[in-house]
Amino acid sequence: MTPEQAVVSVETVSAIIDGLEVTVPKGTLIIRAAEQLGIAIPRFCDHPLLAPAGACRQCLVDVEINGRAFPKPQASCTMPVENNMVVKTQNTSPVAAKAQEGIMEFLLINHPLDCPVCDKGGECPLQNQAMSAGRSETRFEGEKRTFEKPINISSQVLLDRERCVLCARCTRFSEEIAGDPFITLNERGALQQVGIYENQPFESYYSGNTVQICPVGALTGASYRFRARPFDLVSVNSACEHCASGCDLRTDIRRGKTLRRLAGDDPAVNQEWNCDKGRWAFKYLTTRERVKSPLVRGSDGELHEASWPEALAAAAAGLKGKRVGVLTGGRLTHEDAYGYSKFARVALGTNDIDFRARPHSDEERDFLAAVVTDLKTSYLDIDKADHVVLLSFEPEEESPIVFLRVYRQVRKRGLLVTSDAPIASRGSQKLNATLVKSALDISGLTSQSVILVGERAAEVEGALSAALELAQSSGAKLAWIPRRAGERGALAAGALGNLLPGNRPVADSAARVDLQSAWGVNSLPTTPGRSTAEILSALNDESLDAVVIGGVDPMDISVDALNQLLNTFVVSLEISHSAVTAIADVVLPVAAVIEKSGSYLDWRGSARRFDKGLEDAELRSDVRILSMLADEMGAPINLPTVSATAREIESLGSWDGAKPTMNKRAYVAPAVEEMTLVSWRFLLDLGTLQLGEANLAGTAKEARAHISSATAATLGVTEADLVVISSDLGSIELPVSIREIADNLVWVPRNSAGSQVIPSLGFASGAVKVAKR
Amino acid sequence: MSTLTPILSAHWNEADSFTMASYKRHGGYKAIETALKSTPDEVIAQIKESGLRGRGGAGFPTGSKWGFIPQGDNKAHYLVVNADESEPGTCKDIPLLLANPHVLIEGIIIGSYAIRANHSFIYLRGEVVHVFRRVQKAIEDAYAAGLLGKNILGSGFDLELTLHAGAGAYICGEETALLDSLEGFRGQPRLRPPFPAIAGLYAMPTVVNNVESIASVPSIINSGVEWFQSMGTEKSKGYTLYSLSGHVANPGQFEAPLGITLREILELAGGIRAGHQLKFWTPGGSSTPMFTAEHLDVPLDYEGVSAAGSMLGTKALQIFDETTCVVRAVLRWVEFYKHESCGKCTPCREGTWWLVQMLKDLEAGKGTEADLEKLLDLCDNIAGRSFCALADGAVSPIISSLKYFRSEYITHLTNGGCPFDPVASTLFETAGA
Repeated sequence: MTPEQAVVSVETVSAIIDGLEVTVPKGTLIIRAAEQLGIAIPRFCDHPLLAPAGACRQCLVDVEINGRAFPKPQASCTMPVENNMVVKTQNTSPVAAKAQEGIMEFLLINHPLDCPVCDKGGECPLQNQAMSAGRSETRFEGEKRTFEKPINISSQVLLDRERCVLCARCTRFSEEIAGDPFITLNERGALQQVGIYENQPFESYYSGNTVQICPVGALTGASYRFRARPFDLVSVNSACEHCASGCDLRTDIRRGKTLRRLAGDDPAVNQEWNCDKGRWAFKYLTTRERVKSPLVRGSDGELHEASWPEALAAAAAGLKGKRVGVLTGGRLTHEDAYGYSKFARVALGTNDIDFRARPHSDEERDFLAAVVTDLKTSYLDIDKADHVVLLSFEPEEESPIVFLRVYRQVRKRGLLVTSDAPIASRGSQKLNATLVKSALDISGLTSQSVILVGERAAEVEGALSAALELAQSSGAKLAWIPRRAGERGALAAGALGNLLPGNRPVADSAARVDLQSAWGVNSLPTTPGRSTAEILSALNDESLDAVVIGGVDPMDISVDALNQLLNTFVVSLEISHSAVTAIADVVLPVAAVIEKSGSYLDWRGSARRFDKGLEDAELRSDVRILSMLADEMGAPINLPTVSATAREIESLGSWDGAKPTMNKRAYVAPAVEEMTLVSWRFLLDLGTLQLGEANLAGTAKEARAHISSATAATLGVTEADLVVISSDLGSIELPVSIREIADNLVWVPRNSAGSQVIPSLGFASGAVKVAKR
Repeated sequence: MSTLTPILSAHWNEADSFTMASYKRHGGYKAIETALKSTPDEVIAQIKESGLRGRGGAGFPTGSKWGFIPQGDNKAHYLVVNADESEPGTCKDIPLLLANPHVLIEGIIIGSYAIRANHSFIYLRGEVVHVFRRVQKAIEDAYAAGLLGKNILGSGFDLELTLHAGAGAYICGEETALLDSLEGFRGQPRLRPPFPAIAGLYAMPTVVNNVESIASVPSIINSGVEWFQSMGTEKSKGYTLYSLSGHVANPGQFEAPLGITLREILELAGGIRAGHQLKFWTPGGSSTPMFTAEHLDVPLDYEGVSAAGSMLGTKALQIFDETTCVVRAVLRWVEFYKHESCGKCTPCREGTWWLVQMLKDLEAGKGTEADLEKLLDLCDNIAGRSFCALADGAVSPIISSLKYFRSEYITHLTNGGCPFDPVASTLFETAGA
C-alpha cells in the first residue's frame, strides 16, 4: 500500500489471521493483511503492484467467513479481507501447510537444480521459499521438462524457460505497467512458456523490471548474467543520474566494480520500477575513456598528465583576474552545481553561468527564475488529475517514470491526456493522447488538471508563456520537466545568470546582501549573467577570456559551440575524454555518480540523495575540486566536502523576498516552411551516459524519417525507402516511415544512430529540404 | 420403470431433421411467438419455476443464472452458448446440433430476450467442422426467415447471433476461459469475482449456458412448466440426454427423465456387449468419479449421483466391461488432462505432468504399494488446490479407481506389468467378445 492510498482509504474491515486481529482498508488482500501482522505467506505470482492472478497457488490458506469455512484452501493473493473472516495460514492450519508444501513440490519437479550456476541463487524467492515451505527431499523420480537454453527475448533480456515457474509477473508487468505487451505466455500445460512475437522483439523501455520481479532465475539481464553471486555484492542506495524522474535505485558493487543497478522502492516516485536506461546504462563509469589524472596542455600543444597542485596552479593562473564564463551542463548534483554557482560569484566575480547545455531562450530563463523555482507539482497530482497536458514533452522518451505514472491512470480510469506533439509517438498512443497544435488550443482545464512542460518548450517563442497562461487561467497545476537529472538542482543552486543560490534574484540588492553576509564576502557581481549561447559568443569575440566547463557536450547546444571554444582558455571538469577535453588547457577529472555522494533535485524539486558506492574511489566531486581551485586562486569558497556543501545549502535556505515576475511573450507559431524538421530525443540513443552498453543499445528504436503519406507520394517514396534531409550545413539519410503528421513536417529522432540532428543539420528544428535518395 | 422421453431427439431419425422445414413441421419456432408476447421477466420466472438446471455439468438452475443479470444498467448483455463439448465420453451437444440446430437457435432467441441481450454467441468446438457448417446454415436460414436480426417477428426485439469456432482446447469449455477465447485471447480461466453475470464477455453482463440447457427452453415454453416438472425427480426436473458409449450393445444418445438408472438405460440399449459383464462406468464423463456394478440402481439425477460419491456431470455414461484394464483406462484419461491443462496454475500443470509419469510406471508394473499412497497424496495436493475444476477432474478417476480397484493396481506390480490383453477390450475384437 502506498502512502497516498492510505490518505484516501477510509472504510476498514477487521479479520483474524492466525489468531491475531488485523484491521485494514476494505479491499486489502489477505496476503497483504497478513504481512501487516508479520506473517509471511509464501507466494510467486503475487506482486503488490500487479493485478492479482491466483496462478501459482502457493499462498493457499484456510478461510472462514461468519463461521462458515470454505471447503478448500483459498488463494490469499486474490481474496480481499472481510469482516468476520478468520484466516489460518500455514502457521495454524495443517491443511494450508500441506497445500503449500504440495504446491512447492509441484513447482520444483520441473525446475532444474542449477542453483549453483544460476544468477538468482542466493536471492531467489523460489530457493528461499523452498527452504521454508518445501520438503527436504523430493519424491519426484520422473523426467523433468527441458528446453533449449537460453533464448534472447531482446538484446538485453535472456530467458531460461526451464527455470520459469509461469507466475506471469513479467507478462503482467509488461501489459499492465509498461503498456508494452511484447511478451506473452504461449503453448499450454507444462509446455507453457513466456514468448515473444515472431517479428516483434521485447523492445520495451521498461523490460529490465521483468528481470527484477522474476521470482526465479528465468529472466536474466545479458550484462549481469554469470557475473556475480548476490552474496558477494555490496549494495548502496543511489539515485538515478539519467533523467529528472527521480528514481530511487540500488547499486550493487563487487570488489570496486559496479555490476548492476536495480529499481529501488519509493512509493511516491518510482514505486518499484525504473527504466532500462537507469538500470543498465552505467558502463560509462568504467570505460577506457575515463579521465583519471589531471591533464595540463604543455608548450608542445599536447595534454600531459600532471599532479593536482600543478593542474590547479595552471587552472588558477589561466582564470585569475580574467573575464570567465561557466557552463555546468545539466547532469550535476545539487551540491556540485552549488559549487559552480558559488565559484562563479566568489572566485570569478561573475554571473556568467548557465546550466542549460541545450537549445534555450531568455524567455525560458525568466520562466525558470520566476515560475519554476516555486513549482511543487508532484506524482500525486498526476494520480489525482482529471486531465494531463503534455507541452513539448514526451514522457516515455524524456522522463519515463512520469510516463508510467500517467499511463497507470490512463489504464485505471481513462485519464484524459492532451499533447501538443506534432506526431503521435508510441507513448502518446499508449496514453490515448489527443493531439493539438499548441497550448492555445487547450481548454476545459480545472484546478485538478496537470500541465507538464518539457525543456523543448524553450525552442518555440512564447510556448512557456502560453503554458503559464494556461495554468494561471485554469488554476491547473504546472510542472517543468527537463530531460536531465541535474537541471532542477542547478536552478536551485543558482547556476543561471539571473539567479543566485536559493532562488535569490541577482537583480535584487536585498537578496545579494543576504547572500553576501551568508557567504562572508564583501560584494557579489550585480550584472545579470549571460546565457550559454551568449557566453559562447562572448568567448568567440573575446569579450570573455576563459571558460570553466562541467559535463557539457557542445553538440547539444549548437554546431558552432565547439569552434567558439577554440581560441580561449578552457578548464574542463570531466569524467571522460570528450570533445571539450580534447581542446581544454586544463582537464580536472571528477567523480561520477557511484564514486561520490550527493543529491539530485528531481522535476518536483525534491532531493534524491545517494550514497557513495565506492569507498576507496580516488576521484572527487566537482565541488571539492572547485573549492581547491578557489583556494588556489586566493578566493576561497569553503566547500571542502559534499556534506559540508549540503549543510551550507540547507542553512542558506530559500529566498522569501520578492520574486522576479515573468515577462510573458506572445506565442509565435513556428514558421511554416515548405518542409520543416521537428525532433526530440529517444530515451535510448547516442547519449553520453549510455556509452559502452551494447546490450542496451540493441533495444534502441531505429531512426526513421516520419512523413505523411501525401509527402511520401510527392517525393515518390514508400515505407522504408531512403530520403535525404538536408540543410545548408549538411544532411542525414534515413528510411521513411509513413505516419499521421502534417504534410509540411518531417520528424526524426534528435540524437540517434544515423540521425544526429544538431551536428549534421545545424539545428534541432527548422526548414529543411527532403528528397528521395 | 422410466422410459425414453424423446423431445430434443424426437425426430433425429428423419432425413431432413436439421432443416428449418422439418423443425417447423414439428412445431418449431412456436415458442418464440409465445415468449415474445410475455415480458422478459415472465420468461425468466417461467424457466426458474420449471426447475431447469444446467446440462453442462454443474447443474446450476438456468433461470436463476438469467436472473443474475442486472437489469436497466444500460450495458450490452450477452448470451453465450457453450458448445465446446470436449469431455471424454460426452457426445450429446454435438449430435443435437447436427440433427436439430434450430431448437438451439429458438432457445437462444428466447434466452436472449429474457436477459435483454441483443447479441448472442455460440462457441462451438472447432474440430467438428461438419457441425459448424450445419449450424451456420441454420443461422443463415433463421436470418432469412426473420427469426434473427432486426425486429424479430415484428416484436421490436433485435438479436444478432454469431457462431464462433474454438481452436481445439478442452479448457475453453470452462466458461471464463471460453469468454477469453471468444474475445480473441488464449483460453485460460479468469479470476472470479467478477462473475460473468457482472463482467463477462467484453466485461459486460453475460450468461453462459450449455447447448442442451438452452435447447430445452422452447419445450418448456411450449408445453409448460407443469409438463416439464412432471418428469424427473424432486430437485432434478425434466428430461435430459444421456450419452452412452463403450462396451454396450447399442451405444448412443438416450433422452430420458432425470433419475433414470443405468440399469434401465442398459436395458434400453440392449445391455453390455454380449458375453461380458459391467466392470466400471462413469456417470458424467471422465472427470466424474467412476462407478461399478454396485451403482447400477443409482438414480441418475444431480442428487442421486452426488449421494453415491460422484457427479452427474454431462451424463456421459462410459461403460467398460471386464476386459478393460482400469489402470490403462485411467492413464489414458489422465494423459488427456495433462495434454489439456492450460498451464495457468501449478497443481494442474505440474501435477498432471507427474501423474502421467507415475501411472505409466504403475501400468508397466514399476513401483511399490507405497507409490499408490504417493499417488493418492499427489491427488490430494491437486484436488481443490487448482485455479479451476480441470485438475479436480483429472484426479477423480485416479482416486475412484483406487477406491474400487486397488487390488488391480497391485496386480500390475506383482505381475511386473499389465495382466490384461489390451486387444480384448477393443470393439473390433470379436474372438473373445
